[in-house]
Amino acid sequence: MSKEIALELKNITKSFGRVVANRNVNLTVYKNEILSLLGENGSGKTTLMNMISGIYFPDEGEIFVDGKPAVISSPKDAFGYGIGMIHQHFKLVDTFTAAQNIILGIKNEKYNIKLVNSRVREIAEKYGFDIDPKKKIHEMSVSEKQTVEIIKVLYRGANILILDEPTAVLTPQEIEKLFAILRKMRDDGKSIIIITHKLNEVMEISDRVSILRKGEYIGTVNTCETTEKQLTEMMVGKQIELKIDRVKVESTKPLLEIRDLVIRSDDGSKAIKNVSFYIRGGEILGVAGITGCGQKELCEAIAGLRKVESGFIMHKGESIVGMPPKLIIEKGISMSFIPEDRLGMGLAPSFSITDNMMLKTYGEGKTPFVNRQAAREKAQALIEKLEIATPSTETPVRRLSGGNVQKVLVGREIDANPNVIVTAYPVRGLDINSAYAIYDILNEQKSKGVGILFVGEDLDVMLALCDKILVLCHGEVMGIVHAAKVTKDQLGLMMTGAVNLTELQKEKNFGIAKDSNLTETEWLNAANEQNGGAENEN
Amino acid sequence: MLSTLSTILVDAISMGTIFLFGCVGEILTEKAGNLNLGIPGIMCIGALGGSFGVMIYSNGAADPTQMSGFWLVVVSVLFSMLFAGAAGLIYAFLTVTLKANQNVTGLALTTFGVGFMKFFAKRIDMTNFVVASKYFKNLFPFSGKLGWFGEIFLSHGVLVYLAIAVAIFASILLNRTRTGLHLRAVGENPATADAAGINISKYKYIFITLGSAIAGIGGLYYVMDKTNGTTLAEASIDSFGWLAVALVIATMWKPIFAILGSIVFGGLSILAMDLTTLSFSQLKIFDMFPYIITVVVLILTSIFGKKENQPPASLGL
Repeated sequence: MSKEIALELKNITKSFGRVVANRNVNLTVYKNEILSLLGENGSGKTTLMNMISGIYFPDEGEIFVDGKPAVISSPKDAFGYGIGMIHQHFKLVDTFTAAQNIILGIKNEKYNIKLVNSRVREIAEKYGFDIDPKKKIHEMSVSEKQTVEIIKVLYRGANILILDEPTAVLTPQEIEKLFAILRKMRDDGKSIIIITHKLNEVMEISDRVSILRKGEYIGTVNTCETTEKQLTEMMVGKQIELKIDRVKVESTKPLLEIRDLVIRSDDGSKAIKNVSFYIRGGEILGVAGITGCGQKELCEAIAGLRKVESGFIMHKGESIVGMPPKLIIEKGISMSFIPEDRLGMGLAPSFSITDNMMLKTYGEGKTPFVNRQAAREKAQALIEKLEIATPSTETPVRRLSGGNVQKVLVGREIDANPNVIVTAYPVRGLDINSAYAIYDILNEQKSKGVGILFVGEDLDVMLALCDKILVLCHGEVMGIVHAAKVTKDQLGLMMTGAVNLTELQKEKNFGIAKDSNLTETEWLNAANEQNGGAENEN
Repeated sequence: MLSTLSTILVDAISMGTIFLFGCVGEILTEKAGNLNLGIPGIMCIGALGGSFGVMIYSNGAADPTQMSGFWLVVVSVLFSMLFAGAAGLIYAFLTVTLKANQNVTGLALTTFGVGFMKFFAKRIDMTNFVVASKYFKNLFPFSGKLGWFGEIFLSHGVLVYLAIAVAIFASILLNRTRTGLHLRAVGENPATADAAGINISKYKYIFITLGSAIAGIGGLYYVMDKTNGTTLAEASIDSFGWLAVALVIATMWKPIFAILGSIVFGGLSILAMDLTTLSFSQLKIFDMFPYIITVVVLILTSIFGKKENQPPASLGL
């Protein structure tokens, strides 16, 4: 295959104020090629891609498309050069059909939705997409939405496609399918740039890998001539041990027992359907599942933030259903949920670290005044222990970088000496070093006998860190498996509902501890009490 | 019995037309993502503007009884749209360019519009209005000869048909054209529309202004057709304006439904006037019905929440 250059960047520099996001970056992409762009958070990958797709304009340097210099100052210009970007957060109108979204903004073409539908089907057939152009976006799964985004770009005739972390939200099977499509597009003469954190995916899909570190271009290697270890070193700049330990801890009696739990989501549908499981002290229970299949509702219910429809949450044999969040915190159950925007839950962005430390303990003390001095000392200790990069304890947390914000949140939760930690996506968007710092914190807590519920995204991490993994699919438990005895593919099949272990092993009383804190009669009594209570209410 | 029914229906349609203009105008505005609570005031301004047009044209004619009905209607409708559109432009400038709070801006505009109409109404020379109103009302003089069919479908004034035509036009625009697709994208998800290269501000300006202009015709209709050119200063057009805003919700942002909904709302308003045996306070019950319908629709749409029947996702932001 002849190597024809599709896109070339020469000495690109871009700074925002005093911060240099990209310094003298060179990048070459050939036709018929998949190039991985690798780098930690804040290494300037997204900035670089935004300059190619017309969102930012470089301060210095030149861009060549098909050998000719190109001036790309708007997304429209980028389309003109045949460059299309598929963003991590989809830009789609929920109430429109796939086809309507695909043609949105195209002006020089007759408006005929039937014609669009058939053209979309044509593109889908050519590359092996699975899509119904008439389906509304809000009825689609995440992977279908991504398909719409990719077709949107292809429909506009893009030859250079940029995908920003396309696999972050997909199951292993969906990733396989996406990769097959990307390979087909490559063989069709397209150039594909894929941004990802996951090294195994880089090795699998790409022909070459370019690495950025702290805004600087480190180098490009052929995928077949490199190893994951070499890539990590180029990315981080030093050798690091890429292994998450699973600490061996003698697990205790169940701390938190959940039986037949039913929770409704905001729109009134059942988010969690008859879920039973338990967490022992000194154990990390992972919760795997596609985004939005009940993880958030489950966490909120345990923390007392969401009403429980029916079922039990027993903490050391005592029901916490219906308790106010404050009492639940006092019982030693901590919850930290890192939403996509990272700041949404748990911390007040404009408060300082000190003030945020007090958010959960403001009720303590006998006088109406809060004890800021004690909180400041705690904040200082936290900064030192977790190596939080901040000018002072009084800096508003919104000015800290994502990793440091998360350290503050996780640090505060642990500071309260909980016996159960519920944590969702604690490493979301963190670079490798910060992520490992968080894993270490969790392992340390586990060794102390704390029971941990870890809601995660990255299956590789969960397989290495967790003792057991509970798989959710549309609010139902598909199985609870030992992390050491399961493969990623099996988890993926369970996440999509293709495999349901609870049905295969019904007689084993799924999710019910043999050494429960309560006897079966006590459970029955609790159940009767709940039913009786419901009748009285009526 | 049939004749009573057709009388009620005719009255309901004629009353509903006021709501229909306001409702279709507000739908176009809301589809662009802007909740314009200034519509009641804008309808008042439209009534004043239209009356101004009638005054200029009829006073300019050598013999008002012989003037051209066609041009009278065209001139006054254009004046009505011009005044109301200008008010809409103020709202657009404040909410789109200056990003002022939409609710506050709208409510202030309503208060302003009512006062504006009442203040200038006394300066409008209404000498020829009763004569002029005949040109608005008698579109098909032969309708009386066609029995109930003629009465229900052909006895109305020209603006009634205009209102229905505008509603149908709005529906086609929203659902069948590229412009409509882009407009809805702006109201649903401005960030996405922006990324797709759609000029959000342009769409908002155009459709806020156009929607206001359409709503303004409702005010003119009330003065020249509904009250035969007799009321302007005493008219409480703003109260009809609020019903028009409620009708937008009750018809789930669909101009075609608005045609039917306006007749229902109109019927409920007219019923109160026809039931002369009831006391004044009892009649007030009927004033509540349109709002009760709106609340019921809100409850039903949120229970059977289909996404298509919900307000534009970024409405009011």
